Amino acid sequence: MGRRSWKRQPSPGATVAGIFIPHLCHHPEFKPQGSCKLCTVKANGRYVSACTMPAKDGMEVENNSPDLNDKRRTLLQMLFVEGNHFCPSCEKSGNCLLQALAYELEMLTPHFTQFYPDRPVDASHPEVLLDFNRCILCELCVRASRDVDRKNVFALSGRGIGKHLIVNAESGRLADTGFSLADKAAHVCPVGVILEKRQGFLQPIGCRRYDLQPIGMQVGLMQVGRPPATGSSEQGS
Amino acid sequence: MNPPVGQRKLRLATTSLAGCFGCHMSLLDIDERLFELLDRVDLDRSPLTDIKRCGPCDIGLIEGGICNAENVHVLREFRQQCKVLIALGACAVNGGLPAQRNHLDLGQCLQEVYRTGPGIVGGQVPNDPELPLPLNQVHPVHEIVRIDYFIPGCPPSGDAIWKFLTDLLDGRTPRLGHPLLHFD
Repeated sequence: MGRRSWKRQPSPGATVAGIFIPHLCHHPEFKPQGSCKLCTVKANGRYVSACTMPAKDGMEVENNSPDLNDKRRTLLQMLFVEGNHFCPSCEKSGNCLLQALAYELEMLTPHFTQFYPDRPVDASHPEVLLDFNRCILCELCVRASRDVDRKNVFALSGRGIGKHLIVNAESGRLADTGFSLADKAAHVCPVGVILEKRQGFLQPIGCRRYDLQPIGMQVGLMQVGRPPATGSSEQGS
Repeated sequence: MNPPVGQRKLRLATTSLAGCFGCHMSLLDIDERLFELLDRVDLDRSPLTDIKRCGPCDIGLIEGGICNAENVHVLREFRQQCKVLIALGACAVNGGLPAQRNHLDLGQCLQEVYRTGPGIVGGQVPNDPELPLPLNQVHPVHEIVRIDYFIPGCPPSGDAIWKFLTDLLDGRTPRLGHPLLHFD
C-alpha cells in the first residue's frame, strides 16, 4: 500500500502544498524508506514518518510544533556526534542538507558525547572521494546505484552502531567497481561522503545553496543533492 | 557612559584552550562596538588583559577544545569562577578540526613531529615537567564541565558574538538565526 501511494504521489503532499517538513533520507525521485525519522509528524495524534505515511481524507497533521522540533533537533544531535562533522573543513559545507537542517532547527551544539569514528577515506577512484566518517546511512546512494544506475556499488554492512556504508567490491575499493561520475549515485549524497575530486570549495561563501536563504524558505525548489548553479544564476533555478 | 546607579558592571573572562585565537579575533571584529562592550563589562582574565587567574565573573568565554592537562585546569577554574560559561566556536563546541587527530596514535604523532619527521636531526619528544601532557584525544569543553551556552562557527562572526552577548546582557534568551548561525 505504501508503495502504491508513493507511485501515485512521487513527492510528499506537504512539499507539493509548499509546507516544509525537515527530512534527510527522503528524495522525491526515490521510494521513501523512513530511516532518518527527521520528518516525524503527528498524524491524528500519533507520531509517524511523513515520508511513508499515505495521506488520508480528513487526516489532521501537526508539523511545526515545539515538541516535534525538539525531537528533530535531538535526532540531528545524535547524527552529528555519531560522525565526524567538522564543517569548517568539509567541502559540502553550505550545500549540506544535514547542516542546513541543523541551522533551520537552531541546533547550537551536538550536546551528546562525540563518537569520533575512525573509518579510512577511500580515495582510490580517479574522480570521486569517499569520506565514510560523515555518512548518515540515508541509503540514497545505495538506492540510486541499485535502482537507477543498476550497478549496486554501495551497501550498508554491520549492525547497530557498527553499521556503515561499504563499497561492493572484492577489495572494498571504489576504483574496483563500475562507478562513474555520470552515475546518479555520484550526485545524490545529502552530506559530504561522496565528493567529486578537484571540485571542492569552488563556490564562494555567500553563494552556496543555503547561504542566502535558510532551507525552510526553499520549499518547492528542493532538488536534494543537485548543487545549484553558482553566482547570480542561482535565483532562476 | 557609566552604568546606572546601583547597577554594577558585569565581569567577563575569556580564554583560549586548544584554540587558534580566531574566535578572539572575531570578538575584536565587533570593531567600535568594543567601546560599548567595555562600557557594560569589565574584563577579568583574558588574553587581552594581564590578569593571571580568573576571579569571580559573570560570564566566561571559552575558545578551543581540550587537548592537554593544562586546558583541563584552566577550564575548571573558569567553571568555578564564572556564573555563565559559554563555549565559543567549533573547537569548544565539538572539538573542531584539532579533533581530527583523534584517530591517530598520540605517541606516533609526537615521534613523527619531534624525531622521525623530515629535516629533524637528533630531536627528542619534549619531556620537561613544565610542559603539559597532551590528552590521547581532543574533547569538546562540555565533556569536561557543564556549559551554559554554545556559539558555533569557525569562527562565529563578530556580529554573531555581539548579538549573543547583547542578548545575554539585556536579559533576553540569546538567539542566532539565519544568517548569523553557521558551523563553518
